[in-house]
Amino acid sequence: MKVDNLKIASKKFKSRLIVGTGKYKNMKECADAIKISGAEIVTVAVRRVNISDRSKPLLMDYIDPKKIMYLPNTAGCFTSKDALRTLRLAREIGGWKIVKLEVLGDKKNLFPDMIETLKSTEVLTKEGFKVMVYCNDDPLMCKRLENSGASAIMPLAAPIGSGLGIQNKTNIKILRHQTKVPLIIDAGIGKASDAVEAMEMGCDAVLINTAIAKARNPFQMAESMKLAVISGRKSFLSGSITPSLQGSPSSPKKGLI
Amino acid sequence: MNKKNKIKIVVNGRLLTVNTKFSLKNLIEKLKTPINKVAIELNEEIVDKKKLNKIYLKNKDKIEIVHFIGGG
Repeated sequence: MKVDNLKIASKKFKSRLIVGTGKYKNMKECADAIKISGAEIVTVAVRRVNISDRSKPLLMDYIDPKKIMYLPNTAGCFTSKDALRTLRLAREIGGWKIVKLEVLGDKKNLFPDMIETLKSTEVLTKEGFKVMVYCNDDPLMCKRLENSGASAIMPLAAPIGSGLGIQNKTNIKILRHQTKVPLIIDAGIGKASDAVEAMEMGCDAVLINTAIAKARNPFQMAESMKLAVISGRKSFLSGSITPSLQGSPSSPKKGLI
Repeated sequence: MNKKNKIKIVVNGRLLTVNTKFSLKNLIEKLKTPINKVAIELNEEIVDKKKLNKIYLKNKDKIEIVHFIGGG
């Protein structure tokens, strides 16, 4: 069978599940859940070092960036200026070129500010970054992001951390049809069935944080999401039957007693 | 304490008093920061980590030291 890799900015990945590293009880729980999820890419945030308490463990001590690709994220940024500053610092830490851009516009629903997002994508792309962009599901804005050189289009399924699943299936279908770079559902996944649905719609990957980190059993949910993504992808590739309102018997009529 | 030999700097939003002729390298050593796991900004400009010993701090300098933490 042909190897079915996820390809982002000419890097290949076997897993189509990208996971966040936030909201876990502690770093060990986070590291264990990620291992179970099989993810090869994890999102991370850039924040100030705690200069008064040096005993606090570092993320890099638990998750080895040589084994799992860190995807620095601009979570919490509300302006293009802050997002650019954050990602330039991220690049300085370890030379990462593939980054996640997230410029928020509303503190309550955490929807992206698409004007600032587009501006930032243009600047970052010119600076040599490979930008995976958190965005809304508007096909026109997504097209503009793609034309600006985005390395992946990452529309939300629903508000970040909401667990509501894919709200606007029509737009995601249109996006699947028009998008040439990887299309990744970022934000809003709650259950395994949401992940299956995204993959069955032909999305290239899903990005999940809260649904795993805040599940009663994050380890079991990590495995569930891993299997859901594999299952959904295989289902998409298999060419499902055309739904029909008529029944079609599974057993032959011939030889019926 | 001779105030003439001291300068005030702000590191990650916290006020610190250090000696004059204090380099960024001295600061990183004082804070015991794992240099390969952080990025440093001096007055909103990213600093080349190879040149830390050549950069001396001035009064009211603002330094930001950041690293990766868990996030979505």
